[in-house]
Amino acid sequence: MSVVVQTVKTPAEQALAGVFAAAKSGLPGKGAMAALREDAFRRFDAAGLPHRRVEDWKYTDLRALMADVKPLAGAPDAAAKACANHAGQMLAGIDCRRLVFVDGGFVPELSDLSPEPGLAIGTMAQALANGDALVAAHVGKVIETKDPAVALNTALMGDGSVIRIAAGAAVARPIHLIFAGIQPASSFTRSLIVVEQGAKAVLIESHESGEAQVNSALELVVGDDAQIDHLKVTSAQGLNAQGLHISTLMAALGARVKFSSFAFTPGSAVVRNQMFVRFDGEGSEAAIGGASLLNGRQHVDTTLVIDHAVGGCSSRERFKSVLDGESRGIFQGKIIVRPQAQKTDAKMMTQALLLSDSAEADNKPELEIFADDVQCGHGATTGALDQDLMFYLRARGIPAKEAEALLIQAFIGEAIEAIAHVGIRAALMNAAIAWLKARA
Amino acid sequence: MPLLEVKNLHVEIADKKILNGLDLTVENGQVAAIMGPNGSGKSTLAYVLAGKAGYVVTEGQILFNGEDILAMQPDVRAAKGLFLAFQYPMEIPGVATMTFLRTALNAQRKTRGEAEFSTPEFMKLVRETAGQLNIDQEMLRRAVNVGFSGGEKKRNEVLQMAILQPRLAVLDETDSGLDIDALKIVADGVNRLRSPQRSMIVITHYQRLLNYIVPDVVHVLSKGRVVKSGGKELALELEATGYAQYQDEAA
Repeated sequence: MSVVVQTVKTPAEQALAGVFAAAKSGLPGKGAMAALREDAFRRFDAAGLPHRRVEDWKYTDLRALMADVKPLAGAPDAAAKACANHAGQMLAGIDCRRLVFVDGGFVPELSDLSPEPGLAIGTMAQALANGDALVAAHVGKVIETKDPAVALNTALMGDGSVIRIAAGAAVARPIHLIFAGIQPASSFTRSLIVVEQGAKAVLIESHESGEAQVNSALELVVGDDAQIDHLKVTSAQGLNAQGLHISTLMAALGARVKFSSFAFTPGSAVVRNQMFVRFDGEGSEAAIGGASLLNGRQHVDTTLVIDHAVGGCSSRERFKSVLDGESRGIFQGKIIVRPQAQKTDAKMMTQALLLSDSAEADNKPELEIFADDVQCGHGATTGALDQDLMFYLRARGIPAKEAEALLIQAFIGEAIEAIAHVGIRAALMNAAIAWLKARA
Repeated sequence: MPLLEVKNLHVEIADKKILNGLDLTVENGQVAAIMGPNGSGKSTLAYVLAGKAGYVVTEGQILFNGEDILAMQPDVRAAKGLFLAFQYPMEIPGVATMTFLRTALNAQRKTRGEAEFSTPEFMKLVRETAGQLNIDQEMLRRAVNVGFSGGEKKRNEVLQMAILQPRLAVLDETDSGLDIDALKIVADGVNRLRSPQRSMIVITHYQRLLNYIVPDVVHVLSKGRVVKSGGKELALELEATGYAQYQDEAA
């Protein structure tokens, strides 16, 4: 006799079904796009919110963390826009092209839409509504994944950026996508960036929110010989903000691509940063890193899958976290080397510095290697500040708090120094120093 | 008043008694050598003077410039002019030597209520001092002691001492791991810092270092106590006879 176990739906799951049912007729995109949404929601609904018995979500139990579902964000009013004007301050010293989204919706009057040769910028809402060919070709197709957060994003995606960088173009200024969550509402942004052959750009995402529930996804298609440097900054207003932030980067890299991505998280309530990166062409390099600085009960989960689908590519991952209070830093990194991906060179390193007895670091590196001529490795360290080093600094006259700050700054600085862009590097270092000052 | 007076000092680490009623006086401007066999408590004395955690003082006093420093944190002692040149200087990845020196100097000045050095003033001071010790600019830009040779690490200790200008420098086995050329450079650096306003405690196992840093007085340490004191000729005597007689005496 077999028993079919039907899990009881949580209030949040029921609410999400209600949100989708009520919203779907009004969401942009008809025909194939509407079918894509329906299919994605069906997949999400069948699996439900991921929980601790789902291996990929083991440390971030959404079923437990999402007690409720915030209503879908409406169009931002003048007050919300005024608040959002200050978003992205951490990088204010860098001359960027700002594209501002408030509660998931694009705000043209806060954005820089000045024309630039080789650069086409549109919004996802419009592209979906118009049946845009680029969106039809790529959205939901860059990386195949069963991830429930991505499925939920596909079902409910509203607005976002659609950017195409023409072959050979070198975009003058960094493109800065700013997502400000002002209302206590939920938003599902989806962006698509297509970088054609030999193009070059710096791409920044800043996510700032308080009580919002954010599910954001970015699909990135990088053509042969292109060079893309990506930065994602996730921060919250206030140590006690209760918001939830889930974001997913899905990138497919062509041949001889130089790709870098850095995730900087100077504290946010609950963050899940997912990255799925696949090498589709030989001779490419990916340098992926991150730095988290957490305090209070903050929780940051970095989950990464690097798929060496072809050979001759190199990937480097280096993540560092500083954990104070009762915070929790999670790193799950998987490197897949497919049977045909010979001459793969992949290395992954994750380091956590624990500043309190109640902080926790979880590391789960995984290597799945099916080729035989590869170099792969991973390492993980977790520890407190070295007391002998502390004594050395203090014996030179440096007070305890200052000595601690110097060592923490050195620890996190090693990760930040890998960033090629001088302005970004300086801005993140200053933000890390500000975090240390606020802690002291 | 002597600069340093150690009176009847008893120290334990993890319930093991290391110093056993040690008395030591260092006058202003004096260079005192402390010699002794392995395990006699030489390095323990250095760490207790600097204020390292884990050393339990069960009895006795350390007066520095007339002030009891036992309850003071290591950084406070440093600001009062106490300097320990480490036997094994630590590597600090990610902290440039220049940043380390400036942070230390300005922290001490701040603790003493003095104005911090400006960047140009500080750069000038470091460049001049580093030059005398054959330390090039490249070394100053590198992380503290990371990838430095044994000789470079010891020169870096002397550089720190020269920048921080302590009242009392404790040199813990500064000769260990140095070849004769490196030893001469380090000793020259130390000798340049000799002055009537500065005292030194030179801890060493071997007499060799004392050919280059000639002490005013030599103390022999055995089983956690000073068992004999004398002039610089005592070091030569020890070189000839060894420590065996003092170990017996103390026992």
